[in-house]
Amino acid sequence: MSGIPHDHYEPSTGGEKWLHKRLPIVGLMYDTLMLPTPKNLNWMWIWGIVLTFCLALQIITGVVLAMHYTPHVDQAFASIEHIMRNVNGGAMLRYLHMNGASLFFVAVYAHIFRGLYYGSYKAPREITWIIGMLIYLLMMGTAFMGYVLPWGQMSFWGATVITGLFGAIPFVGESIQTWLLGGPAVDNATLNRFFSLHYLMPFIIAGLVIVHIWAFHTTGNNNPTGVEVRRTSKADAEKDTLPFWPYFVIKDLFALAVILVVFFAVVGFMPNYLGHPDNYIEANPLVTPAHIVPEWYFLPFYAILRAFDSEVWVVIAANFLTGGIVDAKFFGVLAMFGSIAVMALAPWLDTSSVRSGRYRPMFKWWFWLFVVNFFVLMWVGAMPAEGIYPYIALIGSTYWFAYFLVILPLLGVLEKPLPQPDTIEDDYKTNYGKSSTNAGAPAATPAE
Amino acid sequence: MLKKLALAATLALAPVSGAFAAGASGHVENYDFSFEGPFGTFDQAQLQRGLQVYTQVCSACHGMQYVPLRTLSAEDGPGMPEDQVRAYAEQFFEVYDDELDDFRPARPTDNFPANNAAGAPDLSMMAKARAGFHGPYGLGINQFFKGMGGPEYIASLLAGYTGEEKEEAGTILYENEAFPGGWISMGPPLYGDDVDFADGTEATIEQQSQDVAAFLMWAAEPKLMARKQAGFVGVVFLTVLSVLLYLTNKRLWAPVKARAKE
Amino acid sequence: MSNAEHHEGTRRDFLYYATAGAGAVATGAAVWPLVNQMNPSADVLALSSIRVDVSGVSEGSQITVKWLGKPVFIRRRTPVEIEAARNVDLSDLPDQVARNANIEESADATDENRALDETGEWLVQMGVCTHLGCVPLGNAGDYTVDSGVGGWFCPCHGSHYDTSGRIRKGPAPENLPVPPAEFVDETTILLG
Repeated sequence: MSGIPHDHYEPSTGGEKWLHKRLPIVGLMYDTLMLPTPKNLNWMWIWGIVLTFCLALQIITGVVLAMHYTPHVDQAFASIEHIMRNVNGGAMLRYLHMNGASLFFVAVYAHIFRGLYYGSYKAPREITWIIGMLIYLLMMGTAFMGYVLPWGQMSFWGATVITGLFGAIPFVGESIQTWLLGGPAVDNATLNRFFSLHYLMPFIIAGLVIVHIWAFHTTGNNNPTGVEVRRTSKADAEKDTLPFWPYFVIKDLFALAVILVVFFAVVGFMPNYLGHPDNYIEANPLVTPAHIVPEWYFLPFYAILRAFDSEVWVVIAANFLTGGIVDAKFFGVLAMFGSIAVMALAPWLDTSSVRSGRYRPMFKWWFWLFVVNFFVLMWVGAMPAEGIYPYIALIGSTYWFAYFLVILPLLGVLEKPLPQPDTIEDDYKTNYGKSSTNAGAPAATPAE
Repeated sequence: MLKKLALAATLALAPVSGAFAAGASGHVENYDFSFEGPFGTFDQAQLQRGLQVYTQVCSACHGMQYVPLRTLSAEDGPGMPEDQVRAYAEQFFEVYDDELDDFRPARPTDNFPANNAAGAPDLSMMAKARAGFHGPYGLGINQFFKGMGGPEYIASLLAGYTGEEKEEAGTILYENEAFPGGWISMGPPLYGDDVDFADGTEATIEQQSQDVAAFLMWAAEPKLMARKQAGFVGVVFLTVLSVLLYLTNKRLWAPVKARAKE
Repeated sequence: MSNAEHHEGTRRDFLYYATAGAGAVATGAAVWPLVNQMNPSADVLALSSIRVDVSGVSEGSQITVKWLGKPVFIRRRTPVEIEAARNVDLSDLPDQVARNANIEESADATDENRALDETGEWLVQMGVCTHLGCVPLGNAGDYTVDSGVGGWFCPCHGSHYDTSGRIRKGPAPENLPVPPAEFVDETTILLG
């Protein structure tokens, strides 16, 4: 692997040399684990490990649940209850899987916001960012299809509403929707293919995760300063970095353990808190629940979807300009997918020469407003589309697009960045060197 | 900072999906059930009373098709002796047997029968399929502190009839303070002293309502106690692991931080 | 000084080992549920013991019930069958072990050791040929009495069982096994 200069694996014994000539797998693992990692990474750099854990957790519990689940409209709901009541430890496994999805999204949003704040998407890490966005999209697809499998009321009507989005596409929408569902409505064919794809997609995600890691192992990690590791020599690089193992593995595992304490508290004491009561009622195509709400992690995008009704001037303009092809429904769909597309384009929309938000005084404000806006959209996505809520949703959606399409490009020109440290080593010394407040560490005998 | 915000937000904002179930909902009393809280357990005597109410009152119209009869003998459930469960199943329920192609008395290995003759919903998961508490403002804070409120909703509903009724489109609707919208098509099932409790508990409407609500919570979540125990062990063990990892991490990084001081 | 360093070293080692140990325990604890979920579930286990109502079984007839996914023959024998079964010399039997799960393993294959009750009226046995697992036919084979009463014959490879369900002729190596069974009341047999 290219990148930051560091020690590479040298096979020493005869057996190691024999293997290395044929399959350099030990070398690969060594290079992956001993990757020089900026030593000033803060606690927002732990989400990668949490996400890896989530993927493993979901795949393992999912494979196990699939041994007891029946993907048929007559038996799906009952088979979930079979898991909950009869299978050894089944209730725990299912609650882990259910809430594991929520943990997955908590982690991915934290991971994305970290990237947005510290400019991790900026050159040369565009590929890492784009792959990450693809993973995020696949995660949403997987989670959506997984939510259909228990075949409760929310499963059924969520599937009906979301696949209905494709029906909004002009001319071919209905054919696409029918093709997706395997019939005129959500039914057994839909359930079966969703089960198959829900099982498949995590493995595609796992593949993309490898590419994601490969990409940032090539460019090196970003870090809170956004200043690159010195690559002039191995000695210089070593001043800025520490090997991933053991320093960051242990640090990340500590963070993971703390997060899992919270996770287990949720699973053990309030496993249905993040779910919807209606999903404990079997799907009934003849009765719609009073209020269809997606899972919490889709809510911001659901809010964007609903924000653009036919009275908003951009919708009227789009409708007029396209001769009626783009109506409010299709516009909403475009906006929803567009909101993720503009995020994926952030590397090219952000014109600033400075990477990290830490040294961008104006950007900081806009960024935190973006974060707040995200949660406002999440909240408004769960409220009924009436009264003041559609206006809030519209303002929030507008800000979402403005942040990427207007603010990021303009800030690079308007903003005067603060001075950045010359090296990561300098930054690290500023944090841990001069301050004598670090009384917690006694005069530890340096093992030098 | 980001992490804190994300966590706070997931705790506060996320559950809006669950919190906003039923629009304008009625008044749900926050009863104290024995199974609430991280260490709450089912009250076996209460579950047995609730089972009695279900059998003698509710089961006339409501089925419970996902609950196996044999689980009535579960230690952390009603804890009925096995021979009593067998006698109970035989006495009260008939199930359709595919092999016999006919009805026969139920056995412990059968589930409670389905029953939707009067259009009454199945009660197997009713205590999880209703949320008694919402908001405020769709924030899910009430549910965080009071719980989802399924059993509270059931108990409040059963005790919430005002006695008023009206006819609408040919069906009689009964006024109920807990029911969203205020008018429910189910007639008042309890009038007080509908059953004779063997343990001498007075069978008031409130008592029966709470007992059957507790029983339905068990029916919906029979593994509740095992789950809380597993959660508790998980939390304790992971806390220990966190502390160990914290110390390990600190020790590992100490020389690096010391060097930065030079 | 070296003493202090040594002390420091062991403390560090202990911490590292404790952490690694706790991590290993956590991993182990996570693996067990994944293994255990493949064991028979509660509904399957509940069926491992079933009650059979035999009030409708008349003398000289048999019923077949499914237990643990396999057929079980419950036969109410005629005095002729019982007599035929009890008049067999042990040395004539290819398999001289009773194969009865209710008594000790080495018991002789006398009819008394295989029948459910003392009179020998009731015979309960697995309906699975000990050769290759086919289901034998009742009232058939070379060991029926009264031309076509009692005895079993496996049509797959021609094994003949007598009125006590003992192998007498053909490729099957063992007598039909008697499952755990008992009368819990006058008309109910508990299997398993």
